[in-house]
Amino acid sequence: MMKGLRRLTAMMSLLAMTILMTGCGDKLIVLNPKGEIGKHQLDLIIISTVLCLVVIVPVLILTFYIVWKYRKEKKAKYDPNWEHSTKLETIWWSIPIVIIAILAVITVQYSYKLEPSKPLEHEAEPIVIQVTSLDWKWLFQYPDQGIATVNYIQFPDNVPIQFELTSDAPMNSFWIPQLGGQIYTMSGMAMKLHLIANEPGSYLGMGANFSGREFGKMQFTAKATSQEEFDTWVQSVKDSSPALTKEGYEQLAIPGVSEVETFSSIPTGLFQEIVTKYGGHNHPSSEGGSNNNEHGSHSNSDKAADSDKAPVIEKEDHSSTNHEGHTK
Amino acid sequence: MLDKIKDFASDFFVTGDPLIYGADVSIGLTIIAVVFALTYFKKWTWLWRDWLTTVDHKKIGIMYVIASLLMLFRGGVDALLMRTQLAIPDSEFLSPEHYNQIFTTHGVIMILFMAMPLMFGLFNLVVPLQLGARDVAFPFLNSLSFWLFFFGAMLFNVSFVIGGSPDAGWLSYPPLSGISHSPGVGQDFYIWGIQISGIGSLMTGINFIVTILKMRAPGMKLMKMPMFSWSVLSSCLTIILAFPILTVTLALLFIDRYLGAHFFTLDGGGNPMMYINLIWMWGHPEVYIVVLPAFGIFSEIAATFAKKKLFGYKSMVFALMSISLLSFFTWAHHFFTMGSGANVNAFFAVTTMIIAIPTGVKVFNWLFTMYRGRLSFPTPMLWMIGFIPCFVVGGMTGVLLSVAPADFQFHNSYFLIAHFHQVLIGGVAFGYFAGLYYWWPKVFGFKLNEKIGKWAFWTWNIGFYVCFMPQYFLGLMGMTRRVSSYGWDKGWYELNLTSTIGGFLMGIGFLFQVWQILHSIKFMEKDTTGDPWDGRTLEWTIPSPAPLYNFATLPQVTEKDDFWEEKQRIAQGHAPKPRPQLEPIHMPKNSGIPFVMSAFWFVAGFGFVFDWLWMAIPGLIGVAVCMLVHSFRYKTDYYISVDEIKRTEAAARRVV
Repeated sequence: MMKGLRRLTAMMSLLAMTILMTGCGDKLIVLNPKGEIGKHQLDLIIISTVLCLVVIVPVLILTFYIVWKYRKEKKAKYDPNWEHSTKLETIWWSIPIVIIAILAVITVQYSYKLEPSKPLEHEAEPIVIQVTSLDWKWLFQYPDQGIATVNYIQFPDNVPIQFELTSDAPMNSFWIPQLGGQIYTMSGMAMKLHLIANEPGSYLGMGANFSGREFGKMQFTAKATSQEEFDTWVQSVKDSSPALTKEGYEQLAIPGVSEVETFSSIPTGLFQEIVTKYGGHNHPSSEGGSNNNEHGSHSNSDKAADSDKAPVIEKEDHSSTNHEGHTK
Repeated sequence: MLDKIKDFASDFFVTGDPLIYGADVSIGLTIIAVVFALTYFKKWTWLWRDWLTTVDHKKIGIMYVIASLLMLFRGGVDALLMRTQLAIPDSEFLSPEHYNQIFTTHGVIMILFMAMPLMFGLFNLVVPLQLGARDVAFPFLNSLSFWLFFFGAMLFNVSFVIGGSPDAGWLSYPPLSGISHSPGVGQDFYIWGIQISGIGSLMTGINFIVTILKMRAPGMKLMKMPMFSWSVLSSCLTIILAFPILTVTLALLFIDRYLGAHFFTLDGGGNPMMYINLIWMWGHPEVYIVVLPAFGIFSEIAATFAKKKLFGYKSMVFALMSISLLSFFTWAHHFFTMGSGANVNAFFAVTTMIIAIPTGVKVFNWLFTMYRGRLSFPTPMLWMIGFIPCFVVGGMTGVLLSVAPADFQFHNSYFLIAHFHQVLIGGVAFGYFAGLYYWWPKVFGFKLNEKIGKWAFWTWNIGFYVCFMPQYFLGLMGMTRRVSSYGWDKGWYELNLTSTIGGFLMGIGFLFQVWQILHSIKFMEKDTTGDPWDGRTLEWTIPSPAPLYNFATLPQVTEKDDFWEEKQRIAQGHAPKPRPQLEPIHMPKNSGIPFVMSAFWFVAGFGFVFDWLWMAIPGLIGVAVCMLVHSFRYKTDYYISVDEIKRTEAAARRVV
């Protein structure tokens, strides 16, 4: 039986490798990032996998070896009272401790480096896209361009994108795997996510967190193009699409799925209104123009330090407003 | 009038799905068959006297096991329905609503109504015997715990034919689970089903802590206690710290829904984030609660079937205790991507990783228990060995998930699904199966068929890898959890189909187990020795199945693995330890109050679910009356006479 087991294991791993090598490679989009953040995350995935394998592989080999060697039929050494060895125990308390210590240091470093609310260092000015998760569709507003889209975004490549995210429905999670990890969209607050696409292409985007009946349909295309193509697209949206009105937004927010839509203009302060609608924060300067950078706030106050570096956030926004429902 | 009744019935009963009509019919037929059989064979008094009112921990344990295996069937059917839906793209087998209900009930049932009661069943069957005790510390409470679990689980289960199932996920985050987004009764079934059974779980935790601390046989110091009992102690300590959080959280959610409060709704000043924090403060320790006893089971099995002392006993104890402590410092890793900021994420990433250290040490200790042993491979040992690679790989992917910045790519994806099924099936299910196979002869007095058991083991194991390995890759392909269908363009088809095939293989493995039990009942191999595996701990010193009072005389313990050492001494020609004189044994009397009181809880819960105060209030009054009646019960115990003990022992030894 053991022989059979070993053959089976060998065959299965061979099979698994074949499946992996053929065809699936480019479908594993998380392992095939096209943006800086995603690339760092891939590095981290690889480092942590290798570190874990350093322990796992010997353990698996040892398991098969011990089970094989000390099976009853074979007369290997039998030592029924051997129950303690300080040397051995020290070794295997220390191996995991060392591995986890290394991994912990790396994790902490990357946690700060890849903190999603931290702006990317780049010579280009970031493009701002305001994301709202609705039941069951995504509304994207471009405050600087004055346009809006549903279930589709386009942006120039090699330009940092500053996503500002909120929700006007149960929370969801905004995820474009090939550009980088996800962040939740939650009502009453504006989260931030900075991503960049290093090359043009159409990337899969989705809502990753369950938010009710049709949440599976909350997928969108995120298209990175050259700056010129992007400008042309913005112009065509402006020329050929209807305007998004307040009433139009109310219609859009009614639960249901939606096709891709584009709008040539957006109502003033819509995003801010969505953020503060849940009693979050009634900010005096929220009447500002299209380039309004008010945010309900982040969920925690320890990001104040980060936010200082972010020019788009005003100081008084840090008061953790989403936790205070008493205004209004 | 007729229209009114029709209206009511169409709300009250779930309609519109042929699968559910099928379930209605089969539930009806099963109930009729059971009632008929009980009446025809005149078994009603037997059922009431011997089972429904019993306070014997062994019988309560058996009822836990039966109930949890039924729940495993229900949760498994849910799983197969989901896998069938996902086998091909754009499938219309299940509607999105129905799919959401199924994954919600699958999660709740598997964790709370399958894993927990199977664990409590094993606690009940084994712990007093292992400690050399005659019962648990509070037998009446123990019976109440079981019936609360049972009626809570039933309340949750009826939701799928009456009123409608919850569909907001197994942890029911608001606002999705709030009244605005889930106006139906499903969420209320969820709240009351879990609440009622959760009270039972908390009481079991208290009961077993006291049992372990106060009821050990003379001479059994804590550091001589069998490892399974240690794991139960660590698990129960975690229970009594974690379950009150769940009780409060669900109570607040209920107040939000029922009285219109705003603990978890933004528009009234509450915060859904508070719910998410609270529920995971219970939820993460919960997975350690269920896995810790499995570690204990593996320790017992490794030592028994290697015929060798457990390696690194003190390390094991330390590891168990540190895991149960650390489990309370990991909850925020469930929402690394909710913008907690780098400080919080870094802290919880590191505390999560640290758990891998004691867990890793335990694996080494099991391996070195087997090292220089003399291994045999009956079914319990097979599950133990099958567990190691499965759990090690699952543990590794857990460490990968704990790396917060990388988790931004894994979170909510099938990678996560594969990980937690690997640790929960590989750790918890395999562990409890191993324990069930191991202690089965002690409980029922016969061994389970080994050949069918091996078939079950291999089908389960191969099915497991075929089902869940592809899901890691699906996660890396961007497939998110809880999607009810996906398009052909995604390229997820082949792996999903493979995964579905694996799921059905596991289903076949389960059928093998059912067949194995039925076959073994018919052609049982009687355990006449009381010690079929050449065991090491006290439960193997008494006949199988154990007599009502467990031990005729309480054993005197001098060593770890006392029974094994005793056997060694006798083999070397020493005289066995002298036995004290028989004395009358003090036993608790049966009581119908736990059953009746839990039934009243069910009535009250059902009333609250449907907002029928005319039903809920009498239900609560019934509960109060039961408490009152019990507090005036003075004759709660009796003695078994020496003559009767002699007769029982003689009868048990006759088969020896």
